[in-house]
Amino acid sequence: MSNKRLAKDVFDLRVALGSETRPGAPGSFYHIACGGERLLRRPISVCGAWDDVVRFVYAVRGEGTKWLSGVCSGARLDMLGPLGRGFDLADEPTLLVGGGIGVPPMVFCAERIDAPVHAILGFRDADAVILTGAFASFDLLTDDGSAGDKGYPHEKLRERLAGGEWKNVLACGPRPMLKAVAKVCAEFGVRCQVSMEERMACGVGACLVCACAVGGTYKRVCADGPVFNAEEVDWDV
Amino acid sequence: MSENVHAPDLSVNLAGVTLKNPVVAVSGTFGFGREYGEYYDIGRLGAVCVKGITLLPRGGNPPPRVAETPMGMLNSVGLQNPGIDAFLSDELPFLRRFDTAVIANISGNTPEEYARMAEKLGDMVDLIEVNISCPNVKAGGMLFGTDPALAAEVTRAAKRAAGRPVLVKLTPNVTDIAHIALAVKDAGADGISLINTLGGMRIDTETRRPILRMNTGGLSGPAVLPVAIRCVYQVRGLGLPVLGMGGVSTASDAVEMMLAGAHAVGIGSAMFADPYAPMKVLQGLGEFMASHHLTRISELTGGVLPWEA
Repeated sequence: MSNKRLAKDVFDLRVALGSETRPGAPGSFYHIACGGERLLRRPISVCGAWDDVVRFVYAVRGEGTKWLSGVCSGARLDMLGPLGRGFDLADEPTLLVGGGIGVPPMVFCAERIDAPVHAILGFRDADAVILTGAFASFDLLTDDGSAGDKGYPHEKLRERLAGGEWKNVLACGPRPMLKAVAKVCAEFGVRCQVSMEERMACGVGACLVCACAVGGTYKRVCADGPVFNAEEVDWDV
Repeated sequence: MSENVHAPDLSVNLAGVTLKNPVVAVSGTFGFGREYGEYYDIGRLGAVCVKGITLLPRGGNPPPRVAETPMGMLNSVGLQNPGIDAFLSDELPFLRRFDTAVIANISGNTPEEYARMAEKLGDMVDLIEVNISCPNVKAGGMLFGTDPALAAEVTRAAKRAAGRPVLVKLTPNVTDIAHIALAVKDAGADGISLINTLGGMRIDTETRRPILRMNTGGLSGPAVLPVAIRCVYQVRGLGLPVLGMGGVSTASDAVEMMLAGAHAVGIGSAMFADPYAPMKVLQGLGEFMASHHLTRISELTGGVLPWEA
């Protein structure tokens, strides 16, 4: 394995899996044990996979991911996965919308779609920009304009969808961004799938702590998701 | 019939029901068995205690429902479940395919609701665990478990209707656990489950918001093990069968729980760290028996040698 800093507080982790393991599909995640003194694993989305190597790009958010960022090459990790229901990919013109640490799963989506793909990437500021090199065609936005255009992904999405050529939108990022993206897609009648984030415990669907209101009930982000159809998510719950 | 005298006997008797081993999957951590059934044969468990069920379906509490704590976690799920009718038609038949005892954990808003659920369960499960200790619901729940008279009333209502032995699951959030245990024993409980979660809270120092959307929740995980051991120890004089749970992660923890007085041992939050935890505890118990020349695991129950006061 290797574990390299990609930006401030963002790391690029690549892990060689045992030959029996399948690396996972875009939108799936691994539940990674982050040190013996922490009970709960951390769910990290897959950014890419090839042969028996799986790639994660993750942000240091708290104690667990801080521990993970300190893991050195050659170490062994305790990972459960791949888990979750990922994106339903279609080989049709697709817009990928990634916000901050929601960008990594979009890299994997871009690789697996055999049709024109364009990414709309939003970050807090220039220091937070990651992975733009992974997309052949993209718009770059920052909240403060310190890199790319100043603005938010859903605004750029509205411009792009006005062209009419895009059939699908896949999105991952902070909830307010996803909500705005869902609203824009609904305006244009374009199918939109969103990858939701929630604090998890078991990661396999048994404990019901990672609840997300979808279609009038609480769904399990770990097992029913993390990817849901945007129109089914109850954004105001 | 000849028996291999060297084969360690892992079976235990819990409130009149024989479990083939003392390892029990704890309610709320194991769903209805389907998820962990993908990882191992759940028929190897002594018993599966199902996710807490209620008379009518419950949606549960808004998220976030979990917060990590030092060596533990808080949850505020709030008894999300499909209701007892869906449990009986959609979940129980699946569980019944495995060679493991099934314990139905039930919660109600009134003593009558407990009775109605016990009646519906009939003899279709092996044991009923009456939950009077959920900290995450407004009505019923822990309210029943902190008042000896109410705890007794719920126990009597469930016992009158139950076709199977009744365990009453108690909360540690009381001044004197033995006092409540005695009340449910006198009301006819066949045994008790100890402990449910401890009340707890975490606050985000940046936003000043509690991490849980419900503000407070229930603490579980290795952090609560000593509290659970102490509670089980404190009820040992009552002669009540005990399903001991709370922070058990290893076979050594399970042995400790049995020495304190437990007849069987629940594994709960430990599964979140390691889905195979119950299998590892089971294997470890066998190894402990071999290394300590035990022929029957039940010899451990109540085997603590307390210092004299």
